[in-house]
Amino acid sequence: MEAKKESFNLIKWAKSRKGQKVLICLAFTAIPLLLLLVFTYIPFGEMVKFSFYKMKYSTPVEKRVFVGLKNYIDVFQREDCFGALKLSLFYMAGSLIQLALALYLATILSFKVKGGNFFKGLMFFPYLISGIAIGFIFKFFYTRGFVLDTILQWIGFELENLPYWLKDQSVNNWSLVATSVWRYFGQNMVLFIGAIMSVDAELYEAAELDGANKFQQFIHIILPSIRTIVTLNAILSITGALSAFEQPYVITNGANGTGTYFVVMNEIAHVSQKVGLACAMAIVLLLIIFACTILQKLFFKFVFRDADSEDESYAAKKAKRKAEKEAKKNMKKGVA
Amino acid sequence: MKANKKRKKYSIGSIIWTIVQYASLIFFGLCALIPIVSCVITAFKTEEEYKATNVMTLPESWLNFDNFVKAFEEANMGRAFLNSLIVMVCVLFVSVIIGTQLAYVLNRFKFPGNSLIRNLFLFASLLPQVAMQVTVYNIMTNLGLVNSLHGYIIMMCGTDVISIYIFIQYMENIPLSLDEAAIIDGASYWTIYWKVMLPLLKPAIVTSCILKGVNVYNEYYAANLYLQDKSLHTISRCLYTFVGPMGSQYNLICAGVIISFLPALIIFILCQKQIYSGVAAGAVKG
Repeated sequence: MEAKKESFNLIKWAKSRKGQKVLICLAFTAIPLLLLLVFTYIPFGEMVKFSFYKMKYSTPVEKRVFVGLKNYIDVFQREDCFGALKLSLFYMAGSLIQLALALYLATILSFKVKGGNFFKGLMFFPYLISGIAIGFIFKFFYTRGFVLDTILQWIGFELENLPYWLKDQSVNNWSLVATSVWRYFGQNMVLFIGAIMSVDAELYEAAELDGANKFQQFIHIILPSIRTIVTLNAILSITGALSAFEQPYVITNGANGTGTYFVVMNEIAHVSQKVGLACAMAIVLLLIIFACTILQKLFFKFVFRDADSEDESYAAKKAKRKAEKEAKKNMKKGVA
Repeated sequence: MKANKKRKKYSIGSIIWTIVQYASLIFFGLCALIPIVSCVITAFKTEEEYKATNVMTLPESWLNFDNFVKAFEEANMGRAFLNSLIVMVCVLFVSVIIGTQLAYVLNRFKFPGNSLIRNLFLFASLLPQVAMQVTVYNIMTNLGLVNSLHGYIIMMCGTDVISIYIFIQYMENIPLSLDEAAIIDGASYWTIYWKVMLPLLKPAIVTSCILKGVNVYNEYYAANLYLQDKSLHTISRCLYTFVGPMGSQYNLICAGVIISFLPALIIFILCQKQIYSGVAAGAVKG
């Protein structure tokens, strides 16, 4: 034992609280950090590097041509690259509609309705279907003379007057956006219902006793309670819209003017193998997203401060009401 | 009580509201349902029937499972289910273990680099996955992880940020006094993690498993890039099989689509509550 003093100390150190702490910190962070490094930060670094080169995936390192900022200039000059960002506006509009719809339905479902759970499940389920399956469902749905056309004919439209939902450039982006709304509005709704349910039920009872109608209840009780989460989602939808990808990718594969920025980027990277240009595109969009995120943070600092004070007065109001109720009860008891 | 009942008179306003309420629910419920129903209808039709009748005409027989059998066999969906199961079990297991461990360390210990690590993960969550795949593809090729199930599994474990946040947030509500009591009893940090934290984190683990499970089960983009070999296809990846040769045979495709979301439907019906709360918990951090 005496001879192995050095290692003995090490063991002793490892057994001490301090040593244990260091060891456990190292052991528990090593794997996640390694994975983060390999699958996020190294690719990110490579992305920055590749964006200055003209290369394919298969090009050996020594044959890659350094082209400086040419890829970035291309991103802004090629109509199919930067121009594709315009399509994000469709998706932004779509996500606003989606939020409004989700909010509306969440409000309805938060009051007592028969079969509420059934409807909630029905509207939520699309969220659990995989993107590729949704692609098939809606390719089928929109095909000329198929589901959508049939239903519209039932209502009284003539087939000749209906557009080709996925080919006609005046509607096809809306068709895709509708798919996205279809897929996600139920999820938003569930989120909002969760927020609404966290409001004390007594508040509604009290409001009803005071003669408040549903609309007033919505404005004064429901809306304040979910304001934060609605704003958060509205803001998130901006970055979401900028990086819109799934619907056009699986349904039209970007044909007929439906190629969003990422669809174009995916095509350039994995089909035309212009890796440099694709990386430059990715970096440009990342920068835009960061800019948005910073703006959001600033915005939220402002809103959160606001919301906090609101919450306080809100809690105070609740407490006051409770106290009043209690007092009334006591009074009644007293009278009886 | 009496006063309460009297006030519950049905006014015209409340009647209109009730009508609007149910009308909207039925309308949007139908909107959500019709694309899926049309798929179900078509999946039960025979080839001739599909060609001859309108898509919304009900099939002659609701017991015609030929399309399902054919789709299942042609796309090799049995194998794909197995692969999906393997991927899900592995990814969920690994990400729960490393996620809770990291969250434990980040939440319970102050050490230099703590907030740096948090920020690194936060920053990573901002990077869109599709954009990252442009160069992740290169890394995967260099590491020789393309076209192997374990490579795909490792990659899926690495892109996990949200569950770590769920764990950290949940851990903040576990009182420190529990740790202290355990330390007084002579427990090591590992024991605290394993015997105290992990059991208490159960709800958070369920939540993160649901979120991650849905994502992994439905993931098709990376699967398409990295799982080229037919025997490696996961269930969403194997739906791609229908793109080429069966381009417009929608009766088969629809059957395939339904088979692919059937497990999700069953699980959804069985644990609705957990799924709703999981989604609500995850999206706040989103």
